[in-house]
Amino acid sequence: MSNAVVEPPLASSGEQVNYLNASYGIRSWLFTKDHKRIALLYLLSITFMFFVGGTAAVLMRMHLLTPAGTLVQPETYNKLFTMHGIVMVFFFLIPSIPAVLGNFLVPMMIGARDLAFPKINLLSWYVYVVGAAFTLYAILAGGVDTGWTFYTPYSSTYANTHVVAAALGVFITGFSSILTGLNFIVTIHKMRAPGLTWFRMPLFLWSIYATSIIMVLGTPVLAITIVLLAAERLLHVGIFDPKLGGDPLLFQHLFWFYSHPAVYIMILPSMGVVSELIACFSRKRIFGYSFVAFSSLAIAVLGFLVWGHHMFVSGQSVYASLIFSMLSFLVAIPSAIKVFNWTATLYKGSISYEAPMLYALGFIGLFTMGGLTGLFLASLATDVHLNGTYFIVAHFHYIMVGGAVMGYMGGLHFWWPKITGRLYPDGWARFAALIIFVGFNLTFFPQFVLGYLGMPRRYATYPAEFQVLNVMSTAGASVLAVGYAIPLIYFMWSMRYGVVAGPNPWRAKGLEWQTPSPPPTENFEVTPIVTEEAYAYNLPPRQLAGQGAPGAARV
Amino acid sequence: MWVFLVTEIMFFGGLFCGYAIYRGMYLPAFEVGSRILEVKFGATNTAVLIGSSLTMALAVHAAQTGKRKALMIFLVVTMVLGMVFLGIKFTEYVHKWNEFLVPGLRFAPTEGIPAGTSLPHVELFFCFYFFMTLVHALHMVIGLGILTTLLILAYKNRFSKTYFAPVEVAGLYWHFVDIVWIFLFPLLYLIGGRYPHG
Amino acid sequence: MAEHAEHIVPVKTYVIIFLSLLFLTGLTTGVAYIDLGPFNTVAALAIAVIKMLLVILFFMHVKYSPKLTKLVIVAAFFWLALLLTFTMADEFTRNWSPIPNNWGPSISAPAPRMQ
Repeated sequence: MSNAVVEPPLASSGEQVNYLNASYGIRSWLFTKDHKRIALLYLLSITFMFFVGGTAAVLMRMHLLTPAGTLVQPETYNKLFTMHGIVMVFFFLIPSIPAVLGNFLVPMMIGARDLAFPKINLLSWYVYVVGAAFTLYAILAGGVDTGWTFYTPYSSTYANTHVVAAALGVFITGFSSILTGLNFIVTIHKMRAPGLTWFRMPLFLWSIYATSIIMVLGTPVLAITIVLLAAERLLHVGIFDPKLGGDPLLFQHLFWFYSHPAVYIMILPSMGVVSELIACFSRKRIFGYSFVAFSSLAIAVLGFLVWGHHMFVSGQSVYASLIFSMLSFLVAIPSAIKVFNWTATLYKGSISYEAPMLYALGFIGLFTMGGLTGLFLASLATDVHLNGTYFIVAHFHYIMVGGAVMGYMGGLHFWWPKITGRLYPDGWARFAALIIFVGFNLTFFPQFVLGYLGMPRRYATYPAEFQVLNVMSTAGASVLAVGYAIPLIYFMWSMRYGVVAGPNPWRAKGLEWQTPSPPPTENFEVTPIVTEEAYAYNLPPRQLAGQGAPGAARV
Repeated sequence: MWVFLVTEIMFFGGLFCGYAIYRGMYLPAFEVGSRILEVKFGATNTAVLIGSSLTMALAVHAAQTGKRKALMIFLVVTMVLGMVFLGIKFTEYVHKWNEFLVPGLRFAPTEGIPAGTSLPHVELFFCFYFFMTLVHALHMVIGLGILTTLLILAYKNRFSKTYFAPVEVAGLYWHFVDIVWIFLFPLLYLIGGRYPHG
Repeated sequence: MAEHAEHIVPVKTYVIIFLSLLFLTGLTTGVAYIDLGPFNTVAALAIAVIKMLLVILFFMHVKYSPKLTKLVIVAAFFWLALLLTFTMADEFTRNWSPIPNNWGPSISAPAPRMQ
């Protein structure tokens, strides 16, 4: 493989100049316009928020070790699950892959020097931080106990916790999402390298594009909903208060119009990562590329049509529920298409089991389980039994943790050498992946059973016969916590002591691997020209068009 | 900017959605509320905004043809019209305050409510009235800020026949805010059955 | 966004559109004072849509814009329509009787709520 990388100039310390050492000092980071540095700023922030949300989860699980629940007061328990939800959803999952991996990789994968609007990119990070500050203030000042869903009229009229501060935090962070999505859409439309047609793009870009569409179309509705909620709380006007003629269900409609597509914001980028990982570690093109690409768009569109399935038992009209139920079944189809295509890619591939691949394989299995259980919930009759129970909790954790977070971890591990120029110890990484997988299943599989047996969610106590399963779940949570701590350690270790990675340690295809690791600030010395399809692994030489003399700007 | 306007359409859309729902549920009360609003203010404001859209379009035209002075004049006129709009709105708000029609803070209307009308629902109407026009007005204020920036840049001769994108983009924003009002005016002021009832 | 810079809309067009908008405003105001029953709302919305289209196509130059711009705008309104349609579908069918008369004893309330 001819390496078209021109040797970059050396810094005064003797190492190559890259985006990390191009300039020093806190000001060069806080005022950067480099998408790669902004991605790292996001990485730090969301990791911090992940551990905030994780702490709440640990406390909850410890509290649930005993049926009577004596670790915290019930009011505190309410605050714990609320904060866990708010922090994990809005401050970890939604930004995670788009803001970290997306920001880092989108310009590199399309052969550009940066995003379309670098300053807006930096602004989006500041907006995120301000939003997080409000939310952390709400936590420290005493918490919120309405549930991350802020259902009215409790949140608007009766709650006496810091609803407005938390809601404001979410409102502000929503703009970070909007700005990021806007940036990605324009970048992908306008800044692709010559020869990079839509259907030669890596599937990660398709999924980021679909995610950005959701961000742009859905987040504003959440914004206005939160404004109305805050107004009602502050002015006592009664938009959602039945006593004054308001309709609490209107809040739920407006809230879920965003929040359901939001879950697709969380999962689509992860699916994109998995496509990259499966292709690279089976050394094969993705089977059915256009199907996978279009399924991302289909999920984005269909995802907006199903929000009523969160309201089947809230008093929504039966007819509307019927329609939402049917549409919810439909939205499972594009996801299934992806799973079939990934499996077909694996078939007769040359599979290797490095850590990123373990995460990808874990994703496929756990996402499938989570997705299938979603069908039980889409079906009206069974949802009546399962709604409000731990079945739902298990369902969405399978998708969000078993799915989205595994994809995020896999992506972090895959692109870590590119981001930092160092390799982490793969043995420890595989071990951690396994621990996470085991811990995750031990935590959440019992919750499916609990939910089926009828244990309600968001309750601080439970009947004694559920204790065994709860203890299993908490044990799993401790294992999971260890599993997440291990990568934190070896990633940090690797930055100083890791083996120096070359430009392409995985021998992967994709424009981002054509640069040095870590890349220079402007990514590419010369704008690359793309002449082959994505994932051109293992194709016979004659199919690789454009493979000319060495030193040509393509591999 | 178009992508950003898409987000704005959805943002205002949420408010329109809520309004539509409640209007459907409480039509008589909403009609009563609508009739209390004064059409002369709404209609004048509509005309003012449409005029400001014209001058904004002419400002963009001036930028495209490289006419710096015309650009600045039209920007100023647009801003003046925008401020006229806000002034009229403010007057309306003061009227509403004096007539005890501000929900949550001061709501005890004394006239214009026929017997049998559900007062909380009228209050709900005014909720939406204030919300929607306030959010709209906020966007106008932001628009004025943007136009001020443009004015300063135009004064410093930054625009030319080949570079006028910021003016065009600001124009898009301004026209969008105008369109929101084009819908707000009839929905809030006009469809309350202002015809004489038999 | 500036790809259509070559096409400069003449001032006369702007003025004509402006006058049309003023006329339509007067029209919609006047129609409000005539009793058309439910069609008052229809008329008001229809006129508002026409005014909006005039602003979008001419003041915002969309008539001369690339297809992608047009697609983006259509998509935005389509999404708004989704929000309105589905929400209204729920709100306005809530009181429809869900069970046909001969399916069982008089069940007039929706299924019992959990949680």
